[in-house]
Amino acid sequence: MSDRIAFESTKKQAIETARTRLLVGGSLMAAAFFVVGVRLFDLAVFNENEDLRRAASREIARPTPMARADIVDRNGVLLATSLKTASLFADPRKIADPADTAHRLIEILPDLSEEVVAARLGSGKSFVWLRRNLTPRQQFEVNRLGIPGLEFEKEERRVYPHGRLAGHIVGFTNVDNVGLSGIEKSMDAAIAGAKTPLRLSIDIRVQQILRQELAGQIEKFKAIGGGGIVLDVESGEVVAMVSLPDFDPNAAGQAGADTRFNRMTLGVYELGSVFKIFNHAIALETGVATFASRYDATKPIRVARFTISDYHPKKSWLTVPEIFQHSSNIGSAKIALDIGSDDQRKYLGHLGLLRRTSIELPEQGLPMYPARWREINTMTISFGHGIAVSPLHLTSAVAAVVNGGILRPATLVEHDAKTTDGVQVFSAQTSDRMRRLLRLVVETGTGRNADAKGYLVGGKTGTAEKQVNGSYKRNALISSFVGVYPITAPRFVVFAMLDEPKGIKESYGYATGGWTAAPVVQGVVARMAPLFGIAPLDETAPDIRHAININAQPAIGNRSDAVN
Amino acid sequence: MPFTRADTSILGQWWWTVDRWSLAAIAALMAFGALLAAASSPAVAERIGLDEFYFIKRHFMLLPVAIAMILAVSAMTPTQVRRMAVIAFLGCIVLLTATLLFGIEIKGARRWLSIAGFSLQATEFVKPMFAVVAAWLFSEAAHDPRFPGRLICTALFATVIALVIAQPDLGQAVVITGVWMAQFFLAGLPMWLVAGLVVLGVSGLVGSYFTLSHVASRIDRFIDPKSGDTYQIERSIEAFSSGGLFGRGPGEGQVKQVLPDAHADFVFAVAGEELGLFVALFIVTLFAFIVLRGMSRAMSEQNLFIMLAVSGLLVQFGMQALINMGSSLQLIPTKGMTLPFISYGGSSLLGVALGLGMTLALTRRRLGSGAST
Repeated sequence: MSDRIAFESTKKQAIETARTRLLVGGSLMAAAFFVVGVRLFDLAVFNENEDLRRAASREIARPTPMARADIVDRNGVLLATSLKTASLFADPRKIADPADTAHRLIEILPDLSEEVVAARLGSGKSFVWLRRNLTPRQQFEVNRLGIPGLEFEKEERRVYPHGRLAGHIVGFTNVDNVGLSGIEKSMDAAIAGAKTPLRLSIDIRVQQILRQELAGQIEKFKAIGGGGIVLDVESGEVVAMVSLPDFDPNAAGQAGADTRFNRMTLGVYELGSVFKIFNHAIALETGVATFASRYDATKPIRVARFTISDYHPKKSWLTVPEIFQHSSNIGSAKIALDIGSDDQRKYLGHLGLLRRTSIELPEQGLPMYPARWREINTMTISFGHGIAVSPLHLTSAVAAVVNGGILRPATLVEHDAKTTDGVQVFSAQTSDRMRRLLRLVVETGTGRNADAKGYLVGGKTGTAEKQVNGSYKRNALISSFVGVYPITAPRFVVFAMLDEPKGIKESYGYATGGWTAAPVVQGVVARMAPLFGIAPLDETAPDIRHAININAQPAIGNRSDAVN
Repeated sequence: MPFTRADTSILGQWWWTVDRWSLAAIAALMAFGALLAAASSPAVAERIGLDEFYFIKRHFMLLPVAIAMILAVSAMTPTQVRRMAVIAFLGCIVLLTATLLFGIEIKGARRWLSIAGFSLQATEFVKPMFAVVAAWLFSEAAHDPRFPGRLICTALFATVIALVIAQPDLGQAVVITGVWMAQFFLAGLPMWLVAGLVVLGVSGLVGSYFTLSHVASRIDRFIDPKSGDTYQIERSIEAFSSGGLFGRGPGEGQVKQVLPDAHADFVFAVAGEELGLFVALFIVTLFAFIVLRGMSRAMSEQNLFIMLAVSGLLVQFGMQALINMGSSLQLIPTKGMTLPFISYGGSSLLGVALGLGMTLALTRRRLGSGAST
């Protein structure tokens, strides 16, 4: 009996113990479920950091992020972007009737060949592409066919809203979004990895102005092509760059090789008299000549089998400014002889004319110059023959001449800083003198057609015969003009070039730089200056006259009938 | 109302005594399980070369069996439950031994026994049966100190654990150990022994870390994700993030395309991705509800056997759910464990059905049981 009571009390005690301990166990369980709930909440709501951390290797369980960043101009205008599209593929093992499927697909996608599609669908493989990048409507139509085995892969397609306007600069990609040319190629990795748009230095408005002006002159003078560059002299930023004929990067595959050729960076040309800018600058910098120096230009120079003559001979002694103003080859060659081969080569090297440019484009031509720099080479190089550089080389070097003498690397990517570090090539004084000479050419010399009233354009014409198969062709010209404005405090270098322009009645049969390219610069300057807040000036104001005055007695007076 | 209180038929009595709230929660879990099996398994079936609807068909074939099993077992009396459990437990020991001898080896482990075209995982059945047997032995020991219930129970536990670890199936061994220790704890295990068992359990895990290389590698990867391939768990975490609050919609998920066990071990990730946070939280709540409600009913029990058996069965049910969800959410190292009623898996479904059937049977209101709340 007492045993039984003892059992009963043990039993009661055991139940009490179990009850208390069950409370502990139950609480632990409840806590564990609570933790699971909190973690769920955390993952579903606060998942931002997880996203970023894993973003790199992400393809499943999340909509794919855009693979390539946008490219925009200096004002944020879209130049290249990516559109999400669907690409159609098939699992031929699941296609019951290849012929019928092909037939129905052709009705939606008429650009496909029915035979090719039917063959692919009947191939028995497990995966065949049918067409990349369908429009949403096409995708809808294909879906509506309801054919099993046709499936879509989400893809991106690169789109260039401005088409051919910036085709040579922006470039294009292949169907797998790998850059094949232009910025798309040279900065492929950066664009593919970037989260924010890549901002270029170009201004699409200036690009349009430059292209329109060039196209007009090319048509007028029946040229086979042309090109132009607008460069910021302080930052080295390319504000516009056009090469014609051009191509539409949205359909780069159909573009011919000649249209994809960028004359401004990949083409190298003997640019002729525009090189006299460097010859004069070197002479003034090294001190071999001053504005007062005079040279005998009465008769052509004969060296070995070569004859150096002037386009329109003055047959007299000329001062240094007059040699520039009338673009005298004889005078320039004599100045070059005074400079000497070594100094000429050294300074052209400092100006970046003997090496690759720093521009962010894969399409770049290397300068061509004599391996052995003889006296005859020195003389011809002084007026731009016997040396071939790309127009970008020239533009960049001219900017260095006029901006106070500092060569800054040319770039297509926008800078945050106003100016960039550069290399001092000429003194500020030489630069100032060169600006006066450049203005002289536009005011009273060969470049009067470039004079955009009020914007104080300075510049130099260049007309060179093209070398074809080793000999110069008399009627195949590279006519160019390089302008700088406003000459009192330069902001931009504007270069324009026409490839094989033909003389017309209006130009009295001439196809020289002054007739063909200078009007392009005039048009571009007049139209772009307001966009950059550059107001027209009174050119007759005393302080401006003072800034561009040449203090030298003319040898023959400011005659202005020279054409080259 | 199908039955009046005055109805004294077996069915009528069952309806008025069974815990209808738990029954409803179980039905809801089964419904989610059916939905997720349909959503997740075709991708898995296709990947391993089976008919797309292979798993769906099997799941829907077994579901009525499981429902019938729950209902039938829940109509039993506690004594019938105990007798069935003891007999079934002995059967399971035989099956476990047979598994080791004749089992199918998959990925280096022998866990499956093929009987008449069905593959059977005896471990899923031994878990609930052993919980009831252990409850009986512990309660007898408490009633009569002269009965060596604890000793017998410990011996049985050692036998079961040895058979499970030999497969090897460490996850199930952890669950069985956890249940057994919880029951021992409730049955009045002295506190110094509780402490000792905790130390033993921890050293057991540490020991397996150093002796079993696949365990070591999983734990390494949990502690330092860079030390190895964490592909599955990363995809799982992504799935929850991608699902957000409302999910991508049933069938719209991506994670099932890449996770080999999307229909079983990672089914909760599919739920999170396709159904979203709110439904996932609702599923967690259903599990918690069944466990906590059952435990609260057990607390008002006057019968120690019932209290221990119900607690053991619910701890097993809850632990399995927590381990599965915890793995998917990277709260604990990845451990292959089915989510009761939600994961695909025949043996798991039937085993859990038996366990909850017994729970419902034991928590039914009985005259004089004190469970009158």
